[in-house]
Amino acid sequence: MQTHQYDVVIVGAGGAGMRAALESSKRTRTAVISKLYPTRSHTGAAQGGMCAALANVEEDNWEWHTFDTVKGGDYLVDQDAAEVMAKEAIDAVLDLEKMGLPFNRTPEGKIDQRRFGGHTRNHGEAAVRRSCYAADRTGHMILQTLYQQCVKNDVEFFNEFYVLDVLLSHDLTTGEVADGEEVAVSGVVAYELATGEIHLFKAKSVVFATGGAGKIYKTTSNAQTLTGDGMALAFRRGIPLEDMEFFQFHPTGLAGLGILLSEAARGEGGILRNSDGERFMERYAPTIKDLAPRDIVARSMANEVREGRGAGPNKDYVLLDLTHLEPAHIDAKLPDITEFARTYLGIEPYTEPVPVYPTAHYAMGGVPTNILGEVLRNNSDTVRGLYAAGEVACVSVHGSNRLGTNSLLDINVFGKRAGIAAAEYAVGADWVETPQDPEGGVVAELERMRTLPSGERVAHVRRDLQNTMDANAQVFRTEESLRQALADIAALQERYRHVSVQDKGKVFNTDLLEALELGFLLDIAEVVVVGALNRQESRGGHFREDFPQRDDAGYMKHTMAYRRPAASGDRPHSEAPSGPGTSAPGTFDIVLDYKPVIMTRYEPMERKY
Amino acid sequence: MSTTMQSPAATESTQSSAGGEVGAVPSFDVTLRIRRYNVETHGDEAYWEEFTVTAYGTDRLLDALHKVKWDVDGSLSFRRSCAHGVCGSDAMRINGRNRLACKVLLKDLNPDKPITVEPLKGLPVMKDLIVDMEPFFASYREIMPFLVTGGNEPTRERLQSAEQRERFDDTTKCILCAACTSSCPVFWTDGQYFGPAAIVNAHRFIFDSRDDGAAQRLEILNDKEGVWRCRTIFNCTEACPRGIQITKAIQEVKRAMITRAF
Repeated sequence: MQTHQYDVVIVGAGGAGMRAALESSKRTRTAVISKLYPTRSHTGAAQGGMCAALANVEEDNWEWHTFDTVKGGDYLVDQDAAEVMAKEAIDAVLDLEKMGLPFNRTPEGKIDQRRFGGHTRNHGEAAVRRSCYAADRTGHMILQTLYQQCVKNDVEFFNEFYVLDVLLSHDLTTGEVADGEEVAVSGVVAYELATGEIHLFKAKSVVFATGGAGKIYKTTSNAQTLTGDGMALAFRRGIPLEDMEFFQFHPTGLAGLGILLSEAARGEGGILRNSDGERFMERYAPTIKDLAPRDIVARSMANEVREGRGAGPNKDYVLLDLTHLEPAHIDAKLPDITEFARTYLGIEPYTEPVPVYPTAHYAMGGVPTNILGEVLRNNSDTVRGLYAAGEVACVSVHGSNRLGTNSLLDINVFGKRAGIAAAEYAVGADWVETPQDPEGGVVAELERMRTLPSGERVAHVRRDLQNTMDANAQVFRTEESLRQALADIAALQERYRHVSVQDKGKVFNTDLLEALELGFLLDIAEVVVVGALNRQESRGGHFREDFPQRDDAGYMKHTMAYRRPAASGDRPHSEAPSGPGTSAPGTFDIVLDYKPVIMTRYEPMERKY
Repeated sequence: MSTTMQSPAATESTQSSAGGEVGAVPSFDVTLRIRRYNVETHGDEAYWEEFTVTAYGTDRLLDALHKVKWDVDGSLSFRRSCAHGVCGSDAMRINGRNRLACKVLLKDLNPDKPITVEPLKGLPVMKDLIVDMEPFFASYREIMPFLVTGGNEPTRERLQSAEQRERFDDTTKCILCAACTSSCPVFWTDGQYFGPAAIVNAHRFIFDSRDDGAAQRLEILNDKEGVWRCRTIFNCTEACPRGIQITKAIQEVKRAMITRAF
């Protein structure tokens, strides 16, 4: 084992991680650990833009942006956080421009802006041009620009290192650490993919920026590598996860494939049509139609299909119609997504409508933080030195449904905040001693997995998980479907104990990596489903057919899910390691609690568009 | 589990339960002939291995590689992430040409012959299809791939006309997959040449109206391992999964070096 020591360790090198690194590394000794090369991160797949009330093309202000974010999140948004994000959005965009990001331009040479779902003028009057963009490659440009700045500033990366545990001064999984007691982070344990070697990173501050968990679903816009690692690592160490039942299904995934087609397609004038050619969004959102927030559009699409108005031979998708747009306009504003339609479906968007269907896209929930990016271990206490930003975190600016473009904004605003806070804390803090045998749990689990002589294949368990999540915990949910999903997950967790990897080697053992990732996916899927079962209302991205109304009296509050020792001691026991920080199906329960929603300016109203 | 496959692209459905009961999606068998290298199990010799898997209508080569890894041989190793051509992880040699495995549809390849799959050429192989990317990124880092400006920063954004923005649009598309650089015979010979990708990324800044670092970058690329080693073979342009006109970009950098106009 190798041991390293840094003031700040950032886990993940997507937008949030690199934005944090740029701030932290100029203040103190910083390392970034990433399981991928930074430019492979999924920030690069974001397309449509990043909203900020620059008012470059029409009147706009940050207060309208705050309101849209709160309403878009169906009032489960913490309003102080949304206000911070909308205010700091303006500098966040200007920062990126100064770093060199090649935004599209207005005729005057300013950053151009376009319409996006749920972003409106004066509290819902009409769609507003707020999204700053670079064709349909905004995420690619952000990722490249941040990486360029990291090269310029000599940021130190450990690429293809996989963090497998986060070290805390207390075992929070017992549930016995008193409120108010000081709990601190002391580092992380990582696995070097190229060699199989274990590395201990001692750190005063750790920033989690590990992204999302879309691979709990089969149909998803997410990369193969988005397996909820950071969320699951925190959860296994007893840190709660907030609002995990809220998962966003992006309306326009390429049908059958899930590949993302940006909302910018509709921002630029694209129209959704059913098999009758009807512009059905006029019925569901009469004011802003196709530019309603994603949860509403996704549900409307699924409803069209369910009621028999789907297109195609199996009537199982709807159509995204761009054929009325000028080809030159499409080429200038939407080059990549039209290329996806050509490459993967053989469809020419100039002349044919594109088959689309909702695709699992974004986790609104995650590791709870305050507006400085400090991780909460209950409703009020932070873990000293531990920060989170981006999709892994829940601050909560997205509430129960994120507006398009607000994720690129989130990673820039809160990545920057977390990077500054982590560095400033580290500069003044003392070193916290790492626990005895810090790598023990990780090494034991790796060895167990690598040496199991024979067993079920990882891919088969993962496939069954993704199928049940698609079937039972997607756009429409019921008690029955969720109970089915939960039973399936329990059975899959039992099967997971007996999966084995075929690759027994140390060098680039991606077989082993996938086995570990599957453990994270199972943990996260269970939290999603347990939260969804418990929330007997419909709000934002969470729609219960058996409880179709929003219930503010009962559920205007954040879900907090904790991993705690199993109440019943009669669970099957295996030789698997079962301590904190490991995958230990069956030996822990998920215990739910709630956290109040922070409201400042806006009273909840009915959400109409 | 009682889920049914509704979609035409059952990318993971290699199980017999699929059993052809739907009949809607055409399936066909493909044979992959994969260049393998695993120092832990086979010593220092690379070898070929063939796998035959069943593919469906819209399956990509990446799907076939996943089928091998997930159902046949878990030790087969390759990088991948986004699976739709934007992250640049899965560049490899497919039937002798550099491609992203996630952008090649199997139906577009001749199924009568085995599809050869090899690691990128010119970079050290670490395991199977995984190469050491460090030499590639080292060249990238050398050409100052970041905006260089002098003086105070403006209060708001720097202004740039749509025409100025268009001037370097093509080279902003680079995803650093290395398909171009590792297709270049000049790069193969000794690996000293900066390679097309580094020059593409220099171009992206040299022709950005906001940038003041062009002279320095041109100085770096005027090196004997710089742009002059390009023999306009066009392999790079042909290999680029993003459709960047790479040879043209290199020519523009050469011209800028002579005319000092950019």
